[in-house]
Amino acid sequence: MKLSQERAPILEALSQYRENRIVSFDVPGHKQGKGNPELTEFLGRQCMSVDVNSMKPLDNLCHPVSVIKEAEELMADAFGAANAFFMVNGTSSAVQAMVMSVCKRGDKIIMPRNVHRSSINALIVCGAVPVYVNPGVNKQLGIPLGMSVESVKNAIAKHPDAKAIIVNNPTYYGVCSNLREIVKIAHQAGMKVLVDEAHGTHFYFGDYMPLSAMSVGADMAAVSMHKTGGSLTQSSALLLGSSMNPGYVRQIINLTQTTSASYLLLSSVDIARRNLALNGKKIFERVTSLASYGIQEINKLGGLYAFSRELINGDDIFDFDPTKISVHTRDIGLAGIEVYDILRDRFDIQIEFGDIGNILAIVSVGDRILNVERLISALYEIKRLYTKNPAGMLDHEYIEPHVECSPQEAFYSNKKQLPLDDTLGKVCAEFVMCYPPGIPILAPGELITKDALEYIKYAKIKGCNLTGAEDMNTDKINIML
Amino acid sequence: MEMWYTEEQTKNVRFSIRCDKQKYSAQSDYQRIEIFSTPEFGDVLVLDDRIMLTTKDEFIYHEMITHVPMATNPSIKNVLVIGAGDGGTVKELTRYKTIENIDMVEIDSMVVDVCKEFLPTVSCRLSDPRVHVHIDDGLRFVRRVENEYDLIIVDSTDPIGPGEGLFTTEFYGNCFKALNENGILVNQHESPYYKTYSKAMRQAHKKLVEFFPICKVYQAHIPTYPSGHWLFGFASKKFHPTNDLNESAWNVLGIDTQYYNTRLHKGCFALPTYVTKQLLENE
Repeated sequence: MKLSQERAPILEALSQYRENRIVSFDVPGHKQGKGNPELTEFLGRQCMSVDVNSMKPLDNLCHPVSVIKEAEELMADAFGAANAFFMVNGTSSAVQAMVMSVCKRGDKIIMPRNVHRSSINALIVCGAVPVYVNPGVNKQLGIPLGMSVESVKNAIAKHPDAKAIIVNNPTYYGVCSNLREIVKIAHQAGMKVLVDEAHGTHFYFGDYMPLSAMSVGADMAAVSMHKTGGSLTQSSALLLGSSMNPGYVRQIINLTQTTSASYLLLSSVDIARRNLALNGKKIFERVTSLASYGIQEINKLGGLYAFSRELINGDDIFDFDPTKISVHTRDIGLAGIEVYDILRDRFDIQIEFGDIGNILAIVSVGDRILNVERLISALYEIKRLYTKNPAGMLDHEYIEPHVECSPQEAFYSNKKQLPLDDTLGKVCAEFVMCYPPGIPILAPGELITKDALEYIKYAKIKGCNLTGAEDMNTDKINIML
Repeated sequence: MEMWYTEEQTKNVRFSIRCDKQKYSAQSDYQRIEIFSTPEFGDVLVLDDRIMLTTKDEFIYHEMITHVPMATNPSIKNVLVIGAGDGGTVKELTRYKTIENIDMVEIDSMVVDVCKEFLPTVSCRLSDPRVHVHIDDGLRFVRRVENEYDLIIVDSTDPIGPGEGLFTTEFYGNCFKALNENGILVNQHESPYYKTYSKAMRQAHKKLVEFFPICKVYQAHIPTYPSGHWLFGFASKKFHPTNDLNESAWNVLGIDTQYYNTRLHKGCFALPTYVTKQLLENE
């Protein structure tokens, strides 16, 4: 019999466990917090008492047969998926499981270049070869968009042997591709569609949202429950369509998944799923209205451009996530990263990211109108106090890649570290990216161009946090010999 | 049966007042609103478990938050009051015939309604024709205004809950913008004694100093507020609160006060050493 969405099987089992006052001679060694009073004082006894190990009444994430299985079935049901897996190593692990479930060494996989690093990481691990589709670029904002259907068709025609296509739904900025059409043409060509929905959990619950992966028949989707769904950081879910073999996917997940999954994370997904299933519609109606109020108010100011659904063009901006506050900052002479830093350092407001020309504020289940007012007022102040002349500012976020070899080949090749300026024209053997947003400027196997070097230096000057390279300061880059 | 209202002023300190009865209790969109009648302090307004005012000692707070800036610049005509839903601050301001306009911005309409009904001696002047009550978030209201007011009075709750936005950098910055070149900002500045309050006090001072060339702090003795020792901030673009005080000009007005007088005006800016030290640390 199908369980009701009002149930939360993992929560119920943990509550039962707590009530039973079990004497534990198993791990973890803190024994419900008693062995680490300082940590218990900090996190609270309630929390420590359910930081427990897998055991019969609590099931086991690697081989779920009881309460975790039930919770995963409820998740699948809530998201309209055939199967669902709880993930405890972030949506990165879900993205990697998707890639590794459909690609083996040497297989081709089509993806937009503005994917999160986790997708390309998966290629390094499994040895699949990327076929990049250049996303559209909005000239005014400088941001990469979704993939046009035409560009996907071309990639499929050129690489009919590719195994799968990865689609961002949405991109970090909130842009969605025409997912329904992409699924259709990919399936006609016998390719699987893997959807990175790290920022799309709410698409499954709110009204007037972009289409979700499962609703248009995609094969797999990675949804970040913790990003907009309200579960604990690092908890996530992998959704499967009916075309996938759940047993095989579980084996793939278990290649790299911990055997000591945290019940704090698992219960948080369980509880968040119940809340979304029961109240999601109402929650995201509120979230959307908060975001759209924020967007309107910011645009009243002038100078700052909060972009949203007016950009929809039926192609590489097929839809736009209405819960995001994405703001273009270049016209007031400030890089996004500068606004991001000022908001935190001067106004005590932490936003999701700032890049070269934009900032992104995420509005979610936990937000209140008073906080949105603060963000708006702080942006008013930033415009009043910090506006500069925008002349000479870098105007694009996206750099077209020149792929010389597969990420795996490049990453494991013989390599050498060279100062930035000496790397022009060489093939990069590692990632270079600003984090956040974590979209590679250079990925292993790509030609280091003048454009890329210029971008890296500019990002450093503006205060971006550059990551990925072996050299922590990104003064040097590993190149292939 | 004995009935006591007890406020947990800090985790380790409680303050209790004997009550005759609870006159009102309800939850608004923003906070819990309660009114008790008490033998010692008269009627007491409580928001989210914090005493906002009592009819016996409200004169101290409301006189000090209004007459200090008004005596510093008697030609103030256009005033913005933020918070202050009880009407006490407005009541003092309306005693100046020279004030032409008072905009009062309170986020919680229920506070205004409840005070009108249960605290008529405090809210009585909200109907003055010069007073315009706006039900809005102060932060939102003020960011749309530029170069308009002679005086802004921030009569807020503590910086936890609906009053939080009124202790922020963006708010003070927007207030600076909303004031004209003679502008003065006076705010409820918390207390120096208990740690949580003194932290809010220091942060507020630090933020104000970033915007206003003149930033002073003055004190009053308010029996029902935590520690009884309460502070106000005086931030100004031009007027110095004691150097520019014109005592005779204010005294000629003949405003009958219970706490404020111009001798006290000069004295209230003389702060205890430990308070001065805390403020200097943040300048």
